[in-house]
Amino acid sequence: MTRTLDGEPVRYGDGEPLLSREIALVDLLDRLLAGGVVLTGDITLAIADVDLVHINLRALITSVRPDTPSPWEGT
Amino acid sequence: MSDPLTYVYAITPAPGPDLPGVSGVDGATVRLVSSGALAAVVSTVAEESFDETALRTRLEQMDTLESLARAHHTVIDAAGAREVVLPLRLATVYRGDQRVLDLLDRGHDRFRDALERLTDRREWGVKVYTDPSTALAAERPAGPSDPGPGAERSAAPSSSRPVGERPVRTSTAGAAGGSSPGKDYLRRRRQEQRSAEEVRRATAEFAGRVDAELCTLAADVRHYRAQNPQLSGAQGENVLNAAYLIPEDRTEAFTAAVRALNGSVPGTRVELTGPWAPYSFTLPDPEPA
Repeated sequence: MTRTLDGEPVRYGDGEPLLSREIALVDLLDRLLAGGVVLTGDITLAIADVDLVHINLRALITSVRPDTPSPWEGT
Repeated sequence: MSDPLTYVYAITPAPGPDLPGVSGVDGATVRLVSSGALAAVVSTVAEESFDETALRTRLEQMDTLESLARAHHTVIDAAGAREVVLPLRLATVYRGDQRVLDLLDRGHDRFRDALERLTDRREWGVKVYTDPSTALAAERPAGPSDPGPGAERSAAPSSSRPVGERPVRTSTAGAAGGSSPGKDYLRRRRQEQRSAEEVRRATAEFAGRVDAELCTLAADVRHYRAQNPQLSGAQGENVLNAAYLIPEDRTEAFTAAVRALNGSVPGTRVELTGPWAPYSFTLPDPEPA
């Protein structure tokens, strides 16, 4: 999933297209929630829901992984 | 029972690319509708799965958001590999094909202009990260910021204190100066915080340099918010998260520039993604009210 430039298996500059790779969800969401043409569809979801989604993602993450306690705590 | 809905992925020049074997959201068949010089890549979807209520639920849950996003992207990616595309925002849904045809007619000139601007250009993503462990290890031996014994009294600005950390009490042993395991620990902590600060500054500078250099090759640039490492699972702190619109004849130069920048500064990492359909460069074109 990591696409470091000097690392395997990603190579480019030799004409090899970088398609059909697993795309990181965060990279995708950056583009799909904040990019693309915004049109007023017939089903309108106030898609200022971008932030709503991000808030939910944050909530999800913090509920799964609480912040590591400070080393000063409990001493 | 109302009419089925039409989900729109992207707009392309007519007649649009054939996409055999590509399925869309919820596994729906992908097809083309066209009007004049433009085509829309669409799927028919069930109303109960894509009305406001259903969409809201889907966008707010990680697993359904992900499958929707990946399906949307798969279609746009396949179309974009064959033809210039104007990707639409996730979850753009109309009541039937006729409404989409109306849209193509209404926005004809704007869409055509945007497609023209994006022709023979691809989007690439570049992210710059700090790699704190490497950076600290590299900096430790030089030790230019070693405060020496006793310097721990010059407290760091409170703003640099990690959230949740309580102010340090130094009264314990009553000794001013001197050494103790506790003091050594505190001194080490401060040193680490200070060099972390220096690393951050150096990395921000590097990120600016990366951006400036890549911009010289780009037709356009867009900066995204830095990614949360807990979401991305990436090592280190993301200090640049940008998309560049690169003319196809500069692809080699661009990827070579990114490769050269990666590893050019210890403690930093440059990652490339792409090529992407031009998601980040469809603006400015909010539909006129």
